[in-house]
Amino acid sequence: MAERAAAMGTATDSEQFRALAAAELPKLYAVARRLVGDEAEDAVQDCLLKGFRGYRSITDPSAGPAWLLAILVNCCRDRGRSHVRRPDQVELEEAERFSLFRTIADEDPFPYSDSLHLDFLQQFGREDLHAVLLSLPEMYRAPLALVHMEGFSTKEVAEMLGAPRGTILARLHRGRKLLEKRLWDYATTHGLLKEGPR
Amino acid sequence: MITCSEAVRQLWEYLENELPAGDREKVDEHLGACLRCCGEAEFAQELRKFLAAHAELDVIPDSVRQRLLSTLDSLPEVP
Repeated sequence: MAERAAAMGTATDSEQFRALAAAELPKLYAVARRLVGDEAEDAVQDCLLKGFRGYRSITDPSAGPAWLLAILVNCCRDRGRSHVRRPDQVELEEAERFSLFRTIADEDPFPYSDSLHLDFLQQFGREDLHAVLLSLPEMYRAPLALVHMEGFSTKEVAEMLGAPRGTILARLHRGRKLLEKRLWDYATTHGLLKEGPR
Repeated sequence: MITCSEAVRQLWEYLENELPAGDREKVDEHLGACLRCCGEAEFAQELRKFLAAHAELDVIPDSVRQRLLSTLDSLPEVP
């Protein structure tokens, strides 16, 4: 505690927390958008209130951003659990065998393209990708977003989610396969595979 | 040499530099000999960039930012 007081000068706990949270708002909101979509603002609100109550437990100010993010991820998990259709065993097995790379090559949705796979990805706007990500169960979506969109290591995400690294690796693998399959399903059902401007 | 499915399973960790050295060598060896898995690896790299690029597009709207700052301002002072 003395270390923190020294690092933060004479600011009170409340002032220190406000400064930390205000600086982290853009990051917290961006992560929440990916984890809970339209409930992002509410999830950040939850996080701010929980963080404020627990801020005194922080002894090292430099750990503040990661600590606050871990709170946010847990707030998002509480919100994100209920809405999403969980994949059944059949879909998981199909996803395990599915290769988006091969499917795009085999189906050849843009016959005149010389960069077929890239063109496929470029059909997805921000909201399209959001919709696909939010269709994934939270147990797969959170590691995917934190590792592949936020740039955390699997070790950091394991600590954040309170799970062994091996579990995170397994969920990442399964989550990526489901993501690939649902990107393809979304593209075929939302008219993304038609030639010409959208 | 490891199989295609073993190589593909480890591709993303390979691209993220998260594989232990021994496993990395095995994937390297496989990619050196398997054209199809090279295509899978290139596409996985594109998909990684695609996800990361979309992450940068999410900006907090000013109205949301103001509401959240108001929440912070309304927190009580702790003695």
